[in-house]
Amino acid sequence: MLDLLGNHTVQTVIMGAVLLGLVSGLLGSFAVLRQQSLLGDTLAHAALPGVCIGFLIAGTRHLGWIMAGALGTAVIAALFVQVITRYSRIKMDAGLGAALSVSFAVGVVLLTYIQGHSSASQGGLDSFLFGQAAATRPSDLWFMGGVTLAAISLVALLWKQLKLVTFDPLFAGSIGLSVGVLETVLTAMIALAVVVGLQMVGVVLMTAMVIAPPVAARQWVSRLEHMVFLAMLLGVISGVVGVLLSAGVSHLATGPVVVLVASVLVALSLLLAPGRGVLWSWLKLWREQRAIGQRQMLVTLHKLAEHHEDPYYPVERSMLDSFYGVATGHILRRLQARGFVVPASHMREEGPHWALTDAGHNEARQELERMDWNQAEA
Amino acid sequence: MQAFLNDPMAMILLTGALVATSGALLGTFLVLQRQSMLSDAISHSIVFGIVVVWLLTHAQSGPLQIAGAALTGILTVFLTEMVARTRRVKRDAAIGLVFPALFAAGVLLLNLYARDIHIDSHTVLLGEIGFVWLDTMPLAGFDVPQAVVWMSVATLVNLGFVLACYKELKLASFDWQLAAALGLAPALMFYILLGLTSVTAVAAFDAVGAVLFIAFVIVPAATAYLLTDRLSLMLLLAVLVGVVSTLCGYPLAVRLDVSIGGTMASMTGVFLLTAFVLSPRYGLLGHWRNRRVKVPG
Repeated sequence: MLDLLGNHTVQTVIMGAVLLGLVSGLLGSFAVLRQQSLLGDTLAHAALPGVCIGFLIAGTRHLGWIMAGALGTAVIAALFVQVITRYSRIKMDAGLGAALSVSFAVGVVLLTYIQGHSSASQGGLDSFLFGQAAATRPSDLWFMGGVTLAAISLVALLWKQLKLVTFDPLFAGSIGLSVGVLETVLTAMIALAVVVGLQMVGVVLMTAMVIAPPVAARQWVSRLEHMVFLAMLLGVISGVVGVLLSAGVSHLATGPVVVLVASVLVALSLLLAPGRGVLWSWLKLWREQRAIGQRQMLVTLHKLAEHHEDPYYPVERSMLDSFYGVATGHILRRLQARGFVVPASHMREEGPHWALTDAGHNEARQELERMDWNQAEA
Repeated sequence: MQAFLNDPMAMILLTGALVATSGALLGTFLVLQRQSMLSDAISHSIVFGIVVVWLLTHAQSGPLQIAGAALTGILTVFLTEMVARTRRVKRDAAIGLVFPALFAAGVLLLNLYARDIHIDSHTVLLGEIGFVWLDTMPLAGFDVPQAVVWMSVATLVNLGFVLACYKELKLASFDWQLAAALGLAPALMFYILLGLTSVTAVAAFDAVGAVLFIAFVIVPAATAYLLTDRLSLMLLLAVLVGVVSTLCGYPLAVRLDVSIGGTMASMTGVFLLTAFVLSPRYGLLGHWRNRRVKVPG
């Protein structure tokens, strides 16, 4: 592992992954919260024709032109989605899907045009489709760094406005913020993040880089600033871990490994995050069901004892089993541990019997009162 | 007959028309149910299914691959619904979490176990309709291009499904709750629809590639949605827009010497734009005119 860190290419790629994680975590948070997660998908596909146009203008694989082109077509696609969903009956899903597939088609046309007509080698354009982290050059890092810095400062500068537009666009509009402008700025910045990530992880997987770290972060925290920081951190972690894993095992493409690491982070967060984790709510549900079972059992035994006018009336377990339709042994044993029931002897050659203790009767009466209360309130 | 089947242009156009028809039949319902992006998700995640089936059986095409694709598509939708049902992730984010993960897993499996085989993510994503006439199989005494055979089967199955379950699909698209209450199994329809989308996507891979197939699913249906309120007419218009796009796209592509599939798919976009601007009732023109009517002098 340490050998890897000394390797020059790996260092460059790791730096790239760190920058990518920062910028996609930062801007992805806003996309996810504004329920525009799939916008990243559309923007990533829509960048392809721009990559080709940039290449055609520069005549070579010049990163600046390519990025500018990619940003241009991505923003055009995003505006198209905004306009067609606002001014026609086309819904968001179809708008995103149409923009995505048509601009990708145009990209494919341009790609084949370059292959057929350009004298310059189009080598390296494919890397924008599938991502080629190892092709990251040290000079690319300056560019990515600049974009990341610009994105961070812009978000810091417009923090309050962006926050308001994200959570309550109607209110933002009513206090005189120009919601349309802010939304466009956000969209353009998300496009920028996507474009930066394209050549590292490729079109398809860039979708995940915008969505996964923010979704994972959201499970752990509830404040926007915390979420943004955590999303950036998780983005960096998935980037670096992914790069190291793929560099350690030969022939593993970097992009997919980075995305799988991010997906694992999401799965763990969904399951384990305190408060929101699915595992905790299952556990809570299970505990509640168990408690309900015990309370019902106490009430049943209490009523049976009342009916037979014998507080220590022994009830046969098999009767309880058939009454509840499930085996009740474990419930009775837990109640015994709490001192509410005791095993009782009845007649010989019959199954085990149980009777309530005084404490059990008390508990059952309290439970009945609670039930009356609940009914009265309902 | 054989002369027709040997004619590259006829075969390319036929394949294109079949892709357009089968895509539009499914796309109409996906657009109406606001599930268009699932076709995007499926056609990417299917890479995973293709690779897994290949690793298990070494089948690159044929019924096993198609069954595997259908299962992967349904798996994608199922996983998405599962993530969304935790109610901790919005549905759009759930889609965007599941399919890149499956796609990434598929690409990694390719990296690890199948470095030298014919299927790579390139072919799957891009495809090239220009070569469909080269890859033939014998059928009823003729040499028929494989893509034509598989796309015909897919088109017929989709058509059969739409005709047989027209009522169910219609109600599921417009009033899911009522469909469920009447016992018309909208959820079953939904899964069959997406299963067929996966199957058609696999059949269409060779011809146009995954992403361009999405264009034929979503864009003609969206165009038709801007033009009519009748479901039957929308289906017809969607098929028409798709087929005409392939017919216009081909000569253009040949003239410019660029990707044929890409040009065909780009043409669907031209139709969508035109309908968006000019549609009398639901286009910009209609929007502008309605506004003038609503705000008198």
